[in-house]
Amino acid sequence: MSKEFSTFKKVIRLPHKYGAGPTFTRFYEGLKQGKIYGTKCPECGDVLVPSRSMCPKCHVNLSEWVEVSQEGVIVSWAQTDKDFFGKPGQGTYTVALIRLDATGCDFLHLLGGNLSKVKTGSRVKAVWNEEKKGHMLDIKYFEPK
Amino acid sequence: MGKKVAIVGSGQTMHGRRFDLAYPELVNEAIESCLINTGVDAKDLDGVVFGTMPSMMEGVALTHFYFADVLRAKGKPILKTETCGSTGVSLAITAYYWIASGMADLLMVVGSEKMNEGDAQATMTTILEPFYQMYFIAGAPGVFSMQSQEWSVRFGIPEEKVRDAATRLSIDHHNDAFGNPYAHIKQRLTPEQVNTARIITYPVRLWDVCPTSDGACAMIFASEKMAKKLGKKAAWVKGVGYSGEEYWFGDSDKVMWQSAIQAAKQAYDMAGIKNPRKELDVAEVYNPFTFQELLYYECFGFCDFGQACDLTLKGMFSKDGELPCDPSGGTLCTNPIGATGLIRVAEAAMQVTGQAGDHQIPGAKQALAHAMGGVDQYNGVMILGAK
Amino acid sequence: MEKKENYVIMDEVTIPYELAYGRTWTQFFDGFREEKILGSKCPKCGRVLVPMRSFCPRCFEEISQAVEVSQEGIIISWALTEYEYFGMPTKPPFIGALIKLDGSDTNFLHLIGGIDLSNPEQVRKTVKNGMRVKAVWNPEKKGHIMDIKYFEPVK
Repeated sequence: MSKEFSTFKKVIRLPHKYGAGPTFTRFYEGLKQGKIYGTKCPECGDVLVPSRSMCPKCHVNLSEWVEVSQEGVIVSWAQTDKDFFGKPGQGTYTVALIRLDATGCDFLHLLGGNLSKVKTGSRVKAVWNEEKKGHMLDIKYFEPK
Repeated sequence: MGKKVAIVGSGQTMHGRRFDLAYPELVNEAIESCLINTGVDAKDLDGVVFGTMPSMMEGVALTHFYFADVLRAKGKPILKTETCGSTGVSLAITAYYWIASGMADLLMVVGSEKMNEGDAQATMTTILEPFYQMYFIAGAPGVFSMQSQEWSVRFGIPEEKVRDAATRLSIDHHNDAFGNPYAHIKQRLTPEQVNTARIITYPVRLWDVCPTSDGACAMIFASEKMAKKLGKKAAWVKGVGYSGEEYWFGDSDKVMWQSAIQAAKQAYDMAGIKNPRKELDVAEVYNPFTFQELLYYECFGFCDFGQACDLTLKGMFSKDGELPCDPSGGTLCTNPIGATGLIRVAEAAMQVTGQAGDHQIPGAKQALAHAMGGVDQYNGVMILGAK
Repeated sequence: MEKKENYVIMDEVTIPYELAYGRTWTQFFDGFREEKILGSKCPKCGRVLVPMRSFCPRCFEEISQAVEVSQEGIIISWALTEYEYFGMPTKPPFIGALIKLDGSDTNFLHLIGGIDLSNPEQVRKTVKNGMRVKAVWNPEKKGHIMDIKYFEPVK
């Protein structure tokens, strides 16, 4: 085994101001009102959520806004109890890709509530925070129906 | 030597403070403009080349993944090149190699930065290892001040003359920017304003340095065959040069600056240029600092060492001088770092194809584009011609 | 007419690192603990490089020989910094300088201190390229680049 020398511990902190732009801003405003918005592509007809300014398949600018269902189906999910740097909250952390009804892509968010019987294909429904800030986590999690 | 490589056209954003758009949307503004200007269908692209300053400038790493949608990169190969300030020229050189090798006919090249979303100096100092240099290099201004001061002392140039020459450049470029629709800072300045502006690091003052800009630039590079098919007036890559130095700032001489001298020499040799001042019609030199711009004139052989100040004051490098430098206003007026080097190439291409509008240098047929990266570490030069 | 502003999310990227010093930096900073400035001598070109390196960046020869260089040298160039940015490791005002230590073939980056930095015009009259300076050490040593407090003009 080779000799080990000492180490230098360092934390890099960089402050940022992320410009959300008009599309994410309007999406966040929707969350503040307890609504989930998507944008619809005039060429392929897909409704994309969160809303986008451009369809990534057709490269067409999107301007048609639709309110999207708050219910959908779990496409895949993963769970961990482990702590990791930057983990939001404590305890069990469950993420999932959810196909909200009538949309053309999967929506990434958290699962919560009673997950004892949850599996791919389960139907879930959005559960909201009382206080909304115009933030992705205004939706507390998606709960099995 | 490789196949001929053409530049068919480009697009730029309105550079400035752009909180009106999220970052991918800003990049898309340049790309859409470029595709419209060149008439290229993104489906026909063989690949994409992309780059920015250190990814963490905007807090999102590996931005070429983040922008895959706007880059129209789905199903296509993507190459990322990051060489700090010289990124833009490295992107152009990467595209050049790819097409010159015969392995691609049509490429889109994009550089971008959204500087206002991060702390530029704090992010840039992550280039420095933390054991030693980080404590003494206070961002770019400290480095360029040290270099400029060493140069003026070595050649016995009086401080007042250096100050006057730098002031002349600042006034000229900020005024030239009015002829460039995309430029960020456009300003009519007086010598008094420049000479008494706030000190950044002596002798560098506020009007001697570049702004913090958000912006992107997109270009189309093509093979000879493809350029003919597209039927647009093209600029041709005549010479390419890139050279660097050791990592440690104190290891090489930054006055007889070998990486700058050699990068230019490589490009000149390839383009067959023996007398740059006579054979170049316009030069888009990387000039975030007026003081450093003077040194580049000397390293690139536009004049002898120690002479740049005198010749600048005589107007040799002004828009109506013998060798106009940075008629677009240059990096001094617009600096979204990842795009800056590419903007120099785009401007040079516009000049030799007669498409530079209000800042066109009449009859320009051969142009130089340049950018520098790192702590005075790497320099890249590209020569473009009308044929 | 008021224009609606888009959201701007204020956040901080915070990433912890633990970096290996390795043999060469360890040897260099052990030298600091004994108030010695060590360089590496290339067996091929004979240049002395400060700080120590594991190989010569021009000859690519491995270097194992450490040599001690002088604590004194001359200023090659310097810059006075007065502005501040987020997370700056050395707080302004300070003078960063390249110093050619006697016996070294490369320039060493450090601070010039022991002088009044409050008046930039006065600083410019005092600090000159070519001036001789000498290392001033911190009494407490941590095996860190700042074990040298700064380089002070030699009277």
